[in-house]
Amino acid sequence: MDTKKTSLYQLHQDNKAKFVEFAGYQMPIQYSEGIVEEHRYTRNHSGIFDVSHMGQLFIYGQEDLVDDLERIFPLDLKNLKLNHSKYSFLMSDNAGIYDDLIITKIKDGFLIILNAACKENDYKILKELLNDKYKMILDEERSLIAIQGPKSVEILKSVIQGVENLNFMTGNWFTLDNHNIYVTRSGYTGEDGFEVSLTNEFADRFTRRLIDKGAKLIGLGARDTLRLEAGLCLYGHELSKDKTPVEANLKWAISKERILKGNFIGSDIITKQLNYGVNKIRVGIKPEGRIIAREKTKIYNESNSEIGEITSGTFGPSVNGPVAMGYVKNKFSKKDTKIFLEVRGKKHPATICGLPFYKKSYVKGVN
Amino acid sequence: MSEVKYSKEHEWIKLEGEIATIGITKHATEMLGDIVFAELPENGSNVEKDGTAGVVESTKAASDVYTPVSGEVVDLNQSIVDDPSKINQDPENSAWFFKLKIKDKSEMDTLMNKDEYDIFAKESST
Repeated sequence: MDTKKTSLYQLHQDNKAKFVEFAGYQMPIQYSEGIVEEHRYTRNHSGIFDVSHMGQLFIYGQEDLVDDLERIFPLDLKNLKLNHSKYSFLMSDNAGIYDDLIITKIKDGFLIILNAACKENDYKILKELLNDKYKMILDEERSLIAIQGPKSVEILKSVIQGVENLNFMTGNWFTLDNHNIYVTRSGYTGEDGFEVSLTNEFADRFTRRLIDKGAKLIGLGARDTLRLEAGLCLYGHELSKDKTPVEANLKWAISKERILKGNFIGSDIITKQLNYGVNKIRVGIKPEGRIIAREKTKIYNESNSEIGEITSGTFGPSVNGPVAMGYVKNKFSKKDTKIFLEVRGKKHPATICGLPFYKKSYVKGVN
Repeated sequence: MSEVKYSKEHEWIKLEGEIATIGITKHATEMLGDIVFAELPENGSNVEKDGTAGVVESTKAASDVYTPVSGEVVDLNQSIVDDPSKINQDPENSAWFFKLKIKDKSEMDTLMNKDEYDIFAKESST
């Protein structure tokens, strides 16, 4: 299968991107200045991320659709206001995670943002679960551009007036040069920022305007260090079919109202795990010194028993040290628990820590 | 007279008397990206030609550092362990990795000179 290119491919090339294949797409891993500089620029200024490989699934329908989606997602969708977004999961009957996603109530239906590697499968699962009752479009005609970092609001509002009034996890339609653009205040870096959905033909011109205003292109490499410092999960690493949202320490994303009523896919297991606990749970891990513990690194307790495994680990440029996340047996998950990480045959001390590693600066309410 | 030679694993080696100074090439640092971690062999240990003698890590991945010749480790550059970004800044000079008391000088003959390495590096990056 040929790898796909996003509408910004030429722009990436013009900016000397190094490419990597990701979920069937040619994506920029970094540009000429490198991952550390790109990471810092996003934290201090404003970074642009091409996330057009992610799925933009539009599902159209009225009250029936809300009822049917509530049987799938652990969310109180009846009370989700127009243009408000929620983080959620598509689960199996065993509450294993097929994908994590953002669902937004739009006029006439919902917009769901899916991971690139999962989107085709998600589409099939949802189409089947919804009995093909609704119009569903996994839109390949639209690009998705994220702009993240403290200067992003100034930069984006100078191009699209009004975006500054959006609250965190809300969105709206805007018009620019006769193009319909859907903007949400959201992101995955631990910084204030926006995600902009727009037509493929307009994506390149629009992004060049953001660059003219001082934002810089940022690759997948820095996207990974930024989200890890922010303590955010990445599908295929922290999240997978053999882990549940409770194990992933994401129970905050499950509606309490819906837990009481149940009746969503995976609700039996979720309820059981909330009542009786889990065997393994996702935690933050801070290695001592500079040692970097990568994915699949084994975790041991003080009496040398294996208690878990790292799911993501790197060097955090803003923390100026190594950071990691992983799963450990529940009884070793308390903050400040001493653990050991086996890297290249040697055991290195580390500590279970709270998340995020780097403090978020999301704008909660601007009005 | 000192002579600088290069290995296919992108290390450089400078021999002065029987002491060899070893580091990684500028080309290697460009391929690795920002280096955020460095590990060196133990001082006093013996290392074998083409064996691992350290690790460098970028934000993305870890890579082994190999020794182009055999010998006994007699000195380490602790400053690159304390601040690995120095390796990106000055890889072929102040950011050397370790020094060896070389065991067999004839091993130097198996390595590339500057011109040969430049061609090799250019070819291996395309």
